[in-house]
Amino acid sequence: MTLTRRQVFRIGVGVIPLLPTLCALAGTLALFVLFLALQGRPAGEACILIFEGAFGSSFAWQNTLQRAAPLLLTALCVALPARVGLIVIGGEGALAMGGLAAAVLPSWLPPWSPWLMLPAMALAAMIAGGVWIALCGALRQWRGVNETIASLLLSYLAVALFKHLVEGPLRDPASLNKPSTLPLPDAYLINPLPGMEVHWGLVWGVLACIAAWVLLRHSVSGFAMAIVGGNVRTARLVGLPVNRLVLLACAMGGAAAGLAGMFEVAAVHGSANSALLAGYGFSGILVAFAARQNPLAIIVCAIVIGGVEASGSLLQRRLDLPDATTLVLQGLLFCNLLAWEAVSGRLGALKLRWQASSATPLGASSEASHVC
Amino acid sequence: MNHRRDFLKLTGAAALGAALPLDLLAATPLTVGFIYVGARDDFGYNQSHAQAAAMIKKMPGIKVIEEEKVPETIAVQKTMEAMIMQDGASLIFPTSFGYFDPHVLKIAEKYPKVRLAHCGGLWTQGKHPLNVGSFFGYIEECEYLSGIVAGHMSKSKKLAFIAAKPIPQVLRNINAFTLGAQSVDPSITTHVIFTGDWSLPVKEAEAANSLIDQGCDVITCHVDGPKVIVETAEKRGIMTCGYHASQAALAPKGYLTGAEWNWVTPYTEIVNATLQGKPMINFLRGGLKDNFVKMSPYGAVVSAAAKKKAEDVKAQMLSGKFQIFSGPIKDNKGAVVIPAGTTLVQTDVTLEKMNYLVAGVVGQV
Amino acid sequence: MSASELTTLLLALFAGAIRVGTPFLFVSLGECITEKGGRVNLGLEGILVCGAMTGYAVSYFSGSAWLGVLAAGGSGLLLGTLHGLVCSLPRVNDIAFGIALMLLGTGLAFFLGKPFIQPQAAMLPSIDLGAWSNNLQLRHALQINALFLLGVVLALLLQWGMAGTRWGLALRLVGDHAETARALGYRVNAIRIAATACGGFLAAVGGAYLSLYYPGSWNEGLSSGQGLMAVALVIFARWQPLRCLGAALLFGAAGALGPALQAVGITSGYYLFNAAPYALTLLIMILTCRPDRTLGNAPGELSLTR
Repeated sequence: MTLTRRQVFRIGVGVIPLLPTLCALAGTLALFVLFLALQGRPAGEACILIFEGAFGSSFAWQNTLQRAAPLLLTALCVALPARVGLIVIGGEGALAMGGLAAAVLPSWLPPWSPWLMLPAMALAAMIAGGVWIALCGALRQWRGVNETIASLLLSYLAVALFKHLVEGPLRDPASLNKPSTLPLPDAYLINPLPGMEVHWGLVWGVLACIAAWVLLRHSVSGFAMAIVGGNVRTARLVGLPVNRLVLLACAMGGAAAGLAGMFEVAAVHGSANSALLAGYGFSGILVAFAARQNPLAIIVCAIVIGGVEASGSLLQRRLDLPDATTLVLQGLLFCNLLAWEAVSGRLGALKLRWQASSATPLGASSEASHVC
Repeated sequence: MNHRRDFLKLTGAAALGAALPLDLLAATPLTVGFIYVGARDDFGYNQSHAQAAAMIKKMPGIKVIEEEKVPETIAVQKTMEAMIMQDGASLIFPTSFGYFDPHVLKIAEKYPKVRLAHCGGLWTQGKHPLNVGSFFGYIEECEYLSGIVAGHMSKSKKLAFIAAKPIPQVLRNINAFTLGAQSVDPSITTHVIFTGDWSLPVKEAEAANSLIDQGCDVITCHVDGPKVIVETAEKRGIMTCGYHASQAALAPKGYLTGAEWNWVTPYTEIVNATLQGKPMINFLRGGLKDNFVKMSPYGAVVSAAAKKKAEDVKAQMLSGKFQIFSGPIKDNKGAVVIPAGTTLVQTDVTLEKMNYLVAGVVGQV
Repeated sequence: MSASELTTLLLALFAGAIRVGTPFLFVSLGECITEKGGRVNLGLEGILVCGAMTGYAVSYFSGSAWLGVLAAGGSGLLLGTLHGLVCSLPRVNDIAFGIALMLLGTGLAFFLGKPFIQPQAAMLPSIDLGAWSNNLQLRHALQINALFLLGVVLALLLQWGMAGTRWGLALRLVGDHAETARALGYRVNAIRIAATACGGFLAAVGGAYLSLYYPGSWNEGLSSGQGLMAVALVIFARWQPLRCLGAALLFGAAGALGPALQAVGITSGYYLFNAAPYALTLLIMILTCRPDRTLGNAPGELSLTR
C-alpha cells in the first residue's frame, strides 16, 4: 500500500523531533567505537557486551532496573526546577539528607506499624530533600545567587554534614568498622517487587515521573511554571507568583531526590552510611538532560543509563576494559545529545514547512516562505 | 567475525557450565572471583589483594576473574551474582569491609552452594550463614614492630600517623604503633590526623605537611593508597613506615620498614578447602606467626640497634610469647582501658571493639 | 591555643594558601578569560582532571615534567576548543554542555590513566625561597613552585591586558554586548572559541600542577571539585584577574584548614572543617550577589548572571 504524500508528511513530522536524538545515539556509538578501535581494543565486542549486559537476559534486566530505580527520582530533581528555568545539580546532597532523615526517624518515634512508619519516613525524606533544594531556589530568587553553583556547593555541604552526623552524633555504637546509623528494624525494610529482585522504589519512581508529567502538562501550576521558565518578565507582568512557583518547583525536585535516598536506605542498605553516596545524584543530571527534561522520557533514559552502568561489570570481566569505559560512553552520549540539539532548531523550521505544505498541498511554497 | 564466533562459543560454554550442578564442576577448573573496591594498582590495600590473587591464578585447576572499583552498593550484589551466574564462580572474595552487611549476607542466602570469603568481617556463629566466612590478619603485630623501628630512628620523638576514619581496625594500628615506639622510649608521642575518607590525595598531602611542620620525623598511615603520603614525606626528607604493601620503591632514602599483608596465605587455605571439598572456613585470623602478615625488608637507613630490637620482639611473636595489649594501659584521656594484670590476646573479641587512643597519642577519636 | 600553636596554624594556612591555591589560581584565571568573553565553561573540572592525567603520562614517558605541563595544556586547549565550538551552535546551553564535558573529560582521563596510577613520573621542581630561615616550617612554606609564580605574573598580565590592550577590549566587548562587537566587525564566535580554548589551556595546567607537584601523583580521587569552585571564585572575584589571585589564595588556605587544625589539636568535626572552602564560597556568593541588578562588572552576555 503506497502512502499518500500527506501521510508521508505526517509521518515525517512525527519523526522529526526524534531525529536529533537518533543522530546523537548514532554519533555516540560511532565515536565510542572509534575511541576503542584506535587503542586496539575490541570495539565491536564491547558494543555487543554493553547491549547484552544491559538488556540481554532476565538477569541483565533486573540489574538495569535496579540501577535505574534511583535515577528516576534524582533526574526529577533536575527536570522539575528546569521547568522554571533553573539548572539545579545538587541532587546528591538532597538524596543524602533524605536518606539520613528516613534512617533516623524510626529511632525517634514509637514503633508504629509499617503502614504508618514507611509513609512517615518517606515524608521526612521528602521534606529534608525538598528544603535543601528549595534553599537553592530561595538563594536565587532573593539574593540572585546562581543556582547551579549554589546547588553544587550545598550538595558538598550536605555530604559533609551527612558524614559528620553519621559518624558522630547519630552513629550506631554497634556499627564499628562501618559507621552507620541504627539499623532499621526488619518491619521497615522495603521488599522487592513480587517475582522480581528490584525493590518498590522502581514503581514509585515511575509513578513519580508520570505524576510529574501530568502536573507539568495538565495542571495550572505546571503551566504557570512553564511560563516562568520561558520568560520571567512575562510571568511577572501577568501577575504570577514567580517566587512561590520557583520554590515549589525546587522543593518538588528536592523531595524526589530525598525520596530516592529513603528507598536506598530502606530497600538496599538498611541504615544510613557513606555507601549511600554512590553518585546517583550526578547520574540523575545526565538522565534529565538526555530526556530533555521531559518526565516521561526520563523513564526511558533512566533505563538506558542504568543499562550502560550495568554492562560495566561484564566489560571488566570479559574484555578487561577499565570501569571508566561506561563513564566515557555516558560522557559521549551527553555531549552528542546536547550538540545535536542545535540541529533540532533547523529541523523545527523544516517541520513547520512540511506541516504547512501538507495542509495545503497545492499552495505550499507561498505559505512556507512566510513561516520561515 | 571469528572473534564473534569464539565469543559466542565462550558465552555458550559458560552458560552451560553455570547450568551444571556444582558437584560436576570438580572436574572443570574452580572459578574464583575477586572484587576490589578501588583501583588494583593503588600501591595499597587493593593492590595487596590483587598481588595475592595473581599468585592464586598460578595454582593448577584455578580460574580467576576480577572486578575492580565496585562500590559498596547494590552494584556489588549484582557483580557477585553475575560472577556466579555468568562465569560460574563457586568461590568469591569480596575484599572491602563495607561489602559484608548487607550485600554478602544477601547473596549468601540466595546461593547457599557458593562460598563467600569476606575480608575483615566478623562472622558470628548462629547469626551468619554457613557458606560465608571472614578472614583477616593481625597486622598490628607488624605495626608494633614498625613502631619499634620508628621509635629508634626518630630524633624528635614525634611520630605522625595519618588515618582515614577512627574505626577499630585503624585504632588498633595506631595504638600498636605507639606502644611499639614507647617500648623504646616512653616519652614518644604519635600525632594523628583523620582525613575522613579512604582516598583523599590532597587532604593526605596536606595532613603530611602539617604533621611534618609540627616536628614529626617519621610518618606512617592507614589509608587505602599510601603512595601520596610516602612521596610527600620523601620529598621533605622525612622517614616513612609503609602499610598494606611495600612502598619502598617510592622512598629509597627514607623508607624504614612497613606492615604488609600476605593475603596469599588465607587465600590458599580457603581455596584448598574448596578444592578438597572440605567445609567452608568460617572464621580465619592469623598474625606474623601464621604468615598472614609480613614485614617489609628494612631500609638502608635503619640502624643496627633498631633492627636488633625489632628482630628480638619478632622472634618472641613468632613463638607466640609476645602480647601487645597487656595491661596496665591508659587511654589518652587518662582512663584505664586495660587494667594491670590483664592481657588481651590477639584473638580476643574485645579488641574488635576498640574505641580509644592510648596515652601518648595526640588526637581524638 | 598557645602562641606557638597559633604561629604554626598561621604558617600552615599561609603555606596551604600557596600550595593548595595554585590550581585554583590557574583554573579561575582560565575561567575568567572565558567568562569575560561571555561564556561559562563548567567543564573545567573535566579538563582539569584530563590535564592532570596527560601531564603525568607525558612526564612519565618523556622524563621531563615541564613537557608534561605543556602537553597537559595542549589537551586542555583541545577540550576547550570543543566546548567553544559546540556552544557556538545555536540552542546549545553552555552550562549543560559544560556538565557534559566534565563527564567526558573525567571519563577519558580515568580510562586512559589506568596504567599510570602505579608508576612514578618526574616531578616539577620547587624554588627554595626560604633558605635563609632557620624555622623548618617557614622554610618549607616558602618552597614555591615556579607555576605559582607564573600564575601571579599571568594574573598581573591579564589584569593589565584586559583593560589596556586591544585584544582585551575586544574580548570584553564580545562578552558585554555581542551586537556592538559584531557591528564593529569582530568575529564574535571566533573570539569566544579562542577565549574558551585559552581557558581550557590554563585549567589543564592547573590540573598538571596537581599531578606533577602537589600532591604529585595520579589517581582517580585527585580532584575534589576544584574546577567547579573556580567558577564560583571568578564570580567572587568580580571577573578581575588580580582578585582571582586573592580568592585563590583564600581558598587554598580554607582547603588547608582541616588538617592544620587537627595538627594543633582541634580534632572534632573534621568533616565540617574540610567543608570550609565550600561554605566559604557559598557565604561569599550570598553576601555579594544582588537579585535585581546584574553584578557590577559582570559580562553582559553571560548566561550565569542573567
